[in-house]
Amino acid sequence: MSKLLDIDSISVSYGSIKALREVSLHVNEGEIVCLIGANGAGKSTLLKAIVALEPITHGSIAYQGQMIAQIDENGAKKKFGVPIRRSKGLSSNLRTDEIAGRGVALVPEGRRVFADMTVEENLDMGAFLVRDDELIARKKEEMYDFFPILGARRKQKTRSLSGGEQQMLAIARALMSSPRLLLLDEPGLGLAPLIIQDIFEKIHIINREDKVTVFLVEQNASIALKASNRGYVMENGVIVLSDFSTNLLENEKVRAAYLGDS
Amino acid sequence: MGSIAEFFQHLMNGLTLGGIYALIALGYTMVYGILKFINFAHGDILMVGSYIGLFTFDAIRGQTMGPWTVIAFFIAMLAGMLFSAGLGMAIERIAYKPLRRATRLAPLLSAIGVSFILSNMAAWMWGTKSRKLDYPFDNSPIYLKGVSITPHQILILAVVIVMMVALKLFVDRSRIGKAMRATSLDQDTAKLMGIKADKIIAITFAIGSALAATAGFLIALEIKVYPSMGTMTGLKAFVAAVVGGIGNISGAMLGGILLGLLETFGVALLGIPYGLRDTIAFVALIIILLVKPEGLLGKAEKEKV
Ligand SMILES: Nc1ncnc2c1ncn2[C@@H]1O[C@H](COP(=O)(O)OP(=O)(O)OP(=O)(O)O)[C@@H](O)[C@H]1O
Ligand SMILES: [Mg+2]
Repeated sequence: MSKLLDIDSISVSYGSIKALREVSLHVNEGEIVCLIGANGAGKSTLLKAIVALEPITHGSIAYQGQMIAQIDENGAKKKFGVPIRRSKGLSSNLRTDEIAGRGVALVPEGRRVFADMTVEENLDMGAFLVRDDELIARKKEEMYDFFPILGARRKQKTRSLSGGEQQMLAIARALMSSPRLLLLDEPGLGLAPLIIQDIFEKIHIINREDKVTVFLVEQNASIALKASNRGYVMENGVIVLSDFSTNLLENEKVRAAYLGDS
Repeated sequence: MGSIAEFFQHLMNGLTLGGIYALIALGYTMVYGILKFINFAHGDILMVGSYIGLFTFDAIRGQTMGPWTVIAFFIAMLAGMLFSAGLGMAIERIAYKPLRRATRLAPLLSAIGVSFILSNMAAWMWGTKSRKLDYPFDNSPIYLKGVSITPHQILILAVVIVMMVALKLFVDRSRIGKAMRATSLDQDTAKLMGIKADKIIAITFAIGSALAATAGFLIALEIKVYPSMGTMTGLKAFVAAVVGGIGNISGAMLGGILLGLLETFGVALLGIPYGLRDTIAFVALIIILLVKPEGLLGKAEKEKV
């Protein structure tokens, strides 16, 4: 199995707050990998770092065997007191849109659908880099088949959708670009158990049938571990455990801290 | 007072004035929509565009008035638009972009600085004396049932309508237009879609600046061209953008038209002294800020999670 995503010892800071401290993890081609951790552990920060929405201050990130972000020993260069995302000496650091162009799609925390746009326009935006109108139309129909509720609402403004519908739209939007790596930030947050189940089933289908590699972040450890091949546990910006998900489900520490067993 | 003809006369005057405000307001609102920042140099970009238009027109129009003068006028307008578009993009690149991650006040101050630099440069290079832009056609009014309409007014209305419809179609339907809306709704998520936000921002400045140059060139026929011509007009167009709901394109169009009508009817029907005409906009601003701070078509800002 080859590593699709290889994160090596990255750190991210918000001012003086160190949100990630030398985090290393990897995701193999074809896997579903989950990252669990409590509120504020740094899970979202990690996903943002992968897509260059937050600059790293240490380490490197490789995708498909190529560096997409890398910091030399001197640390990030600074400008106006904030680390800049891309400086001339670090030409290997890609911008967010470039990373998207390489086939990485993120379903962000809180869904972040374009509220003032219709369902269909949101899907169009997901296909922004697809320049083939026929392919876009075909993809949209696929999405409406996959998530029938979206088909019924295609001309509706997104702000009128329910939370679950918005989550499905956010996933569908990410799939419009036919990504190789799908990153999901708490896809189950705030949703009813039945809907969460439905969404995780969909994630499975995407992984199995479309050969999309999935890296997902969840607070709901039980459902995330059951849905994934491998898992990482993060505490205070540090990876404290990593193992096959089946083992993590049995792990005493995990059971006590994240699965509500005492 | 109050005959139907008179009413239509004021309506016509108000609409042309409002159309001009609307064209300028669009630039403020589009930039605000994406960067949450007021480009205080917008009025000066308008002024520079008007100068470039004037110089181009004087250079190519020839001696006698005829069909060519009208064509030359539009070519000159296009030259002003293109120059302003480039200027707008250059200003963004040099004076605003490096400050994007600094405090919110920094780009605002930078914009005020750019505004002063442009108007002082214009005064230094081209003098403070106002320059006359000649009508490219015979501007004697046409009387339609007692309403006098000048060819100039028809020109303004036609250009304004064409520009607004084109802009609306572009923003609503085109790929780049949709990307513009997405970027203004949520910049980070737009980037996740593969949209080059920097490019979209540059295009936004280009379009807004070109529209301002158009407006400047059109009013220059009446008010002439001078280094501070953009100041008051720009400020009022900014008010129009706020009244309509800053960040909202339809709002800028509505706010501009309303402000034009308000100024015209305020003086004509409500008996507001002509000397106080310029205050109408600001009274409207204060009222809207008190009653509906988000503007007529604006949406109340929700806190981002
Ligand atoms: N924009 C920001 N500015 C400053 N601090 C931030 C910012 N975003 C996150 N943090 C801090 O960084 C740490 C990690 O936050 P992060 O959002 O990555 O956590 P998380 O694991 O995703 O939490 P949750 O499960 O609640 O979403 C927290 O201490 C948080 O307060
Ligand atoms: Mg989070």
